[in-house]
Amino acid sequence: MEFVKDHDPYPDLSVNIGSLELQNPVMTASGTFGYAREFEDLVNLHRLGGIIVKGISLEPRAGNPPQRIVETPCGMLNAIGLQNVGVDRFIAEKMVYLKGIGVPVLVNILGDSVEEYRQLTERLRGVEGIAALEVNISCPNVKKGGVAFGTVPSTAAAVTEAVKKAADVPVMVKLSPNVSDIVEMAKAVEGGGADSISLVNTLIGMAIDLKRRRPVLANVIGGLSGPAIKPVALRMVYQAAAAVDIPVVGIGGIESAEDALEFILAGATAVQIGTANFINPRVSEEVVDGIGDYVKANKLASIRELIGALEV
Amino acid sequence: MSQHQEKARIIRFEQLSGLNVRITLEAPLIAGSAEAGQFVMIRTGSGQDPLLRRPFSLHQTSSGGQIQIYFKNVGRGTDIMAHAKVGEMLDVFGPLGRGFSIADDKPACLVGGGLGIAPMLFLAKIISSLGRDHSQDLIILGGRTREDVEPLVDDFKQFGLALHCATDDGTYGIKGYVTDILRSEQLAENTQIYGCGPDNMLEVLHQFSSSRHLSCQVSVESVMACGMGACLGCNVDSSDGNYLHVCIDGPVFDTGDLAWNS
Repeated sequence: MEFVKDHDPYPDLSVNIGSLELQNPVMTASGTFGYAREFEDLVNLHRLGGIIVKGISLEPRAGNPPQRIVETPCGMLNAIGLQNVGVDRFIAEKMVYLKGIGVPVLVNILGDSVEEYRQLTERLRGVEGIAALEVNISCPNVKKGGVAFGTVPSTAAAVTEAVKKAADVPVMVKLSPNVSDIVEMAKAVEGGGADSISLVNTLIGMAIDLKRRRPVLANVIGGLSGPAIKPVALRMVYQAAAAVDIPVVGIGGIESAEDALEFILAGATAVQIGTANFINPRVSEEVVDGIGDYVKANKLASIRELIGALEV
Repeated sequence: MSQHQEKARIIRFEQLSGLNVRITLEAPLIAGSAEAGQFVMIRTGSGQDPLLRRPFSLHQTSSGGQIQIYFKNVGRGTDIMAHAKVGEMLDVFGPLGRGFSIADDKPACLVGGGLGIAPMLFLAKIISSLGRDHSQDLIILGGRTREDVEPLVDDFKQFGLALHCATDDGTYGIKGYVTDILRSEQLAENTQIYGCGPDNMLEVLHQFSSSRHLSCQVSVESVMACGMGACLGCNVDSSDGNYLHVCIDGPVFDTGDLAWNS
C-alpha cells in the first residue's frame, strides 16, 4: 500500500546505490570525517545517508612528514599520505562505535598491489556493520612502477575484480580525476564488476613557497579539493553517469544542498561531502535538511525524481 | 570534552599596536568549557576564499561568557579579522585540543614570546587563582620590540605574580631574549615551565629545562584545516620517531615528547 505523499511531513529522500539502501543521498567522504566519532558532538550521525571512513590499508601507515596541507584559492591541497591505523586496529577499535550509529558504514580501502586489495577485502569479510566497501584506486601501484591504479583502465579493472571476488558486501570504486578519459575509467571498473562508482578523488596539484624557493608540501605534490574543483567534478560525474549503467556517487567541492542537488541532476544517485566537513563540521546534516526542503518546496514525490534529470 | 560551534558577536576590538589586534567575542558555550592552552577555529568570512578556518589560542575567557583572541595581521585570514567591526558575528568552533596540564603544587614559570604571549594570559589567571604560595611563580614576556610586549603588561600585572620582560631591541624590559631572563633567574628545583612562542624559543626552553631536569610544557603552532582530528594535516615529529597531531595531541606538549631539530 502506498501512503499519500502530500500528507507526508517527511520528504522521501531515500536512494538505492544498487543493493545498498540509504535514507538520504548524503554521505561523508573518506578522509574528511575521521572514524565519525570525532563529529559526534556536532552532527546527529544517525541522520546521515552513509558514513565513509578514513581509508584503511593492510598495515598501519604513518603518512607523510609535515607540511601536509596548504590552503589554495577556494580550496586546499593535501598530502596526508594515507595515514591510518591499519585494518586490524580498525576492526578492533573503530567498528564497535561505527556499527552502533545506525547508518550504512562504507569502508574505504587502499593498497599498493592487487594482492593487497584482495587480502584487505578478505580481512573485512564477515565483519559486522560494514555496509559496503569503497575502493580507493588513486594509490600508486608499487608492483607496476608506482603508476596509480586509477589512471590505467586495465589495472583499475583488475583491482575491482579482485575486490569484488573477495567481498561479501557491495563494492563502490572511487575514481581519480587525473585521467585523460573519465568515461573509459568508469566503463573499465564497471566491466570489472563494480556495483557503483564514486567520483572524483582529488586533482593533483602543487604549491610553491617563493620565499624559501621550495614546495610548500613535504610530498611536493598533493590533492586539490574544495569548491575550486566542483566544476571539474560535476562535468566528470555528468559524463560518467551517462556512460555506465551502475549508480554514480558525486564528490567534489560540495558544501551546500544546492551543490549536492546539482550533482544529482547531473546523474549522481548520492553525493559525498568532503573538505566542507573541515570548515563547517555540521555541513553534512545541513545538506540533508536542505535537500529535504528542496524536495518539499518543489513538491517532488521523491528525491529520486531528480537523479539525472538535467535537461540539456 | 565537548566542542561547540557558535555564532559569536564581536563586542570589543582593540588595536594594541601596529599589526597586533585583540578581539573580544561573546561565545558562552566555549567560554564556559575552555581550558588554558586550548584553541578555537574561526571562519574569517562567509565566502569560499579564504576557505579554511584559522586557529587562534584562547587569550582569555570570562565567567560572563566572553572569549578573547590576540593575533597579528600576517596574512589574508588575519587581515580580514583585523578589519572586523564591533557587532559583527564570527563563526567560532571550540574549545579544541589539549591545554596546559596545571601542576598545582609546583612553582610556575610562564614564558611567552611574541604572539606566544596570547595563551599565557589565560594560564596566568589560572595559576594565580591556585590556593598556594605564589612567591616563586614567574612570568617572562618577550618580543621583538616595545609594541609586542608593553600593551599587554598591565593585564599580566593584575595577577600579582613576578613579571619580567625582554625585547630584542631593548626598547622595553631588558635587551635580549626571554630565555636570557630565564637563565638569570634562580628557579626553584621543581619549577614547571610553560612556554609559547617561536620554534627557536621553544627549542631553547626544551634544552634549558632538560639540562636542569625541569618539566616543560609548550604550546606549538601548525597549519591545520579542521582543528579536530579529522584532516590529519597538522602533524609534528615526536621524539619516538612517530607523528603527533597538534590539534588533538596538542597544541600543548611536554617538550620531551617532541623531536627538536638540533
